[in-house]
Amino acid sequence: MNGFPVPDLVPLPVLLPLLGAALTLAFRRSPRLQRAVSIAVLAAVVAVAGLLVWRTDVSGPQVLWLGAWQEPLGISLVADRLSALMLLVSSIVTLFVLVFAIGQGQAESEEEGESETPLTIFHPTYLVLAAGVSNAFLAGDLFNLFVGFEILLFSSYVLLTLGGASARIHAGTTYVVVSLLSSALFLVGIAAVYAATGTVNLAQLSIRIGHLSPAVALVLQLCLLTAFAIKAAIFPMSAWLPDSYPTAPAPVTAVFAGLLTKVGVYAIIRVQTLLFPDSPLQGLLMWAALLTMVVGILGAVSQSGLKRILSFTLVSHIGYMVFGIALATPAGTAGAIFYVAHHITIQTALFLITGLVERLAGTTSLDRLGGLAVASPVLATLFFVSAMNLSGIPPLSGFLAKVGLLDAGIAVGTPLAWVLVVGGIVTSLLTLYALAKVWSQAFWRTLADAPQSPTPAAGAGDVGGVGDGGVAVLVEAPARTLPRTMLAATAAMTAVGLLITVVAGPLYAFTQRAAADLTSRAPYVTSVLPEEVRR
Amino acid sequence: MTSLAPTLIESTLQPNITLVLVTVGLVAAGTALALDRSLVRVLLGMVLIGNGVAVLYLVISGRAGRAPFVGEDPAAMSDPLPQAMVLTAIVISLATIGFLLALSYRLWQISGTDDVPDDAEDAHIQRLALEDQTSSTYDPSEASTTTSDELADEDRSPTP
Repeated sequence: MNGFPVPDLVPLPVLLPLLGAALTLAFRRSPRLQRAVSIAVLAAVVAVAGLLVWRTDVSGPQVLWLGAWQEPLGISLVADRLSALMLLVSSIVTLFVLVFAIGQGQAESEEEGESETPLTIFHPTYLVLAAGVSNAFLAGDLFNLFVGFEILLFSSYVLLTLGGASARIHAGTTYVVVSLLSSALFLVGIAAVYAATGTVNLAQLSIRIGHLSPAVALVLQLCLLTAFAIKAAIFPMSAWLPDSYPTAPAPVTAVFAGLLTKVGVYAIIRVQTLLFPDSPLQGLLMWAALLTMVVGILGAVSQSGLKRILSFTLVSHIGYMVFGIALATPAGTAGAIFYVAHHITIQTALFLITGLVERLAGTTSLDRLGGLAVASPVLATLFFVSAMNLSGIPPLSGFLAKVGLLDAGIAVGTPLAWVLVVGGIVTSLLTLYALAKVWSQAFWRTLADAPQSPTPAAGAGDVGGVGDGGVAVLVEAPARTLPRTMLAATAAMTAVGLLITVVAGPLYAFTQRAAADLTSRAPYVTSVLPEEVRR
Repeated sequence: MTSLAPTLIESTLQPNITLVLVTVGLVAAGTALALDRSLVRVLLGMVLIGNGVAVLYLVISGRAGRAPFVGEDPAAMSDPLPQAMVLTAIVISLATIGFLLALSYRLWQISGTDDVPDDAEDAHIQRLALEDQTSSTYDPSEASTTTSDELADEDRSPTP
């Protein structure tokens, strides 16, 4: 493996999905071929990402200057430990969600009625989304990061408004306008950075920003952080998320919830550690983290729709990651990275489970749900495990991630850090409360106990009641069965969440090494820039 | 990506005050439009903000100069990198605006108006608040506080 040019693999997570998008667009008349191409491409990306994780851990950041321009003129793609880990987790998630979407598409095309995920557009757009996410993780300069964001945002616009139904158009307009505004802010930030330093290369910036006056550097930092905070849905810029995500098709919501906000979090980690290590803005970020956690989870507690509850917990738990970043210690950063990895998998799993609930019962409103534990014990088990994992019940990975963060917070020991520690614990308990409410209402009670309990047959969908020639349908009996593919993909996603618990030791050690890299900055800068440019 | 000649930037970056004013004017007008209820006005506001930011890239590219070809004197040529960046940004915003235009047309098709609608859940909560009702998941028997319904009952039948 020593002679193998691993840096040449770095652009593959971007190129392969883009190539796949072109192919699936060309094969739009053959759904089978589309499915094969998409799965093959995303599986290859998982393999490449795995290889990059291993390689970056053994021999440091892998850098490729595109187009073989003389450094540092061209565009660089950089995979360090953080990027590689994010890439691996995100590619696994995109692969499983794709399998889920394929299962859903097949099941819907077998039944009557229109498909929620029109396959011809879905596959190319989905692959472009994967390319955008990879590009954002690998970008070695601010402008390429912007391009990565735009690629993933644009495909997210299309995916969010699939089918063009009324609710999705309503949600889509808000989402597009908010994203446009954050992109404009990001562009202003890039312009300011370039005007002040004459470069947008992250490695060069890490050197040159140190020479700026602190006031100028602070302006640059605040501009970039605001742009990323909108994308990461940090309070008070989080209101767009619970309005837009729940209306999308289930697999789309799942992949959005898992990945899109985390790309924003990744950008914040990168910028805070690499560009502005001397200005941690501890107070500001900690208050933002606290408010994100508390306001988000209170939203979740007060909601009665499953998708909205999960959207609010998503916002709330972004606060944990911001908390880790705000601590600006290696332990805090390591905790934040681990939390991102944990949260991507578990939030995606929960949204996939919601998709199955919607399929089984025809609704995700808690007022009209009940008896799911009897209707599908497998689904109930998956939800229970994932919900406990998210709310941080020992020994699951959610618990380990939270302990890591709280531990780092206690080690910092300022009064505000203690407030955050308490806030984190309260948020964790309220998450448990919100999800336990879902469990007892949707899964545990009988359907007859639901406040808006529909007439028995209608509750499980009209399919069974009408066609059976007057045969009474049991209250809890599901009218539709869960397709095997969808269930398998969801189970696999939950299993990945559990796997993070199993490999938590090595993974936590890995994130600690990643955080040490980020804190020292030297591995990143020395591997990107040749000796004579570093000044 | 980095500048061809970083020193060039540092020596020549004197912000063009006219362009700065144009940026400020465009972004301010765009913000005012974006705060409107009509989606087409919001869209126009976004176009103006995007154009304002594009003009900002002319400010940061420093003094205008000759086309940056090989063989040109670096001191006489304009900085090509901001131009390359802003071209990318313009293309992206063109595509996004096109998409938003399609969305607003679809919105008009569906609802006969291009007003940005209230979020369904927000509207629901607002209606409940106006009717002085609690959410369907709220159980008064579990709460210790007196609700407004209970107060109304007491008003009708005052205890001696």
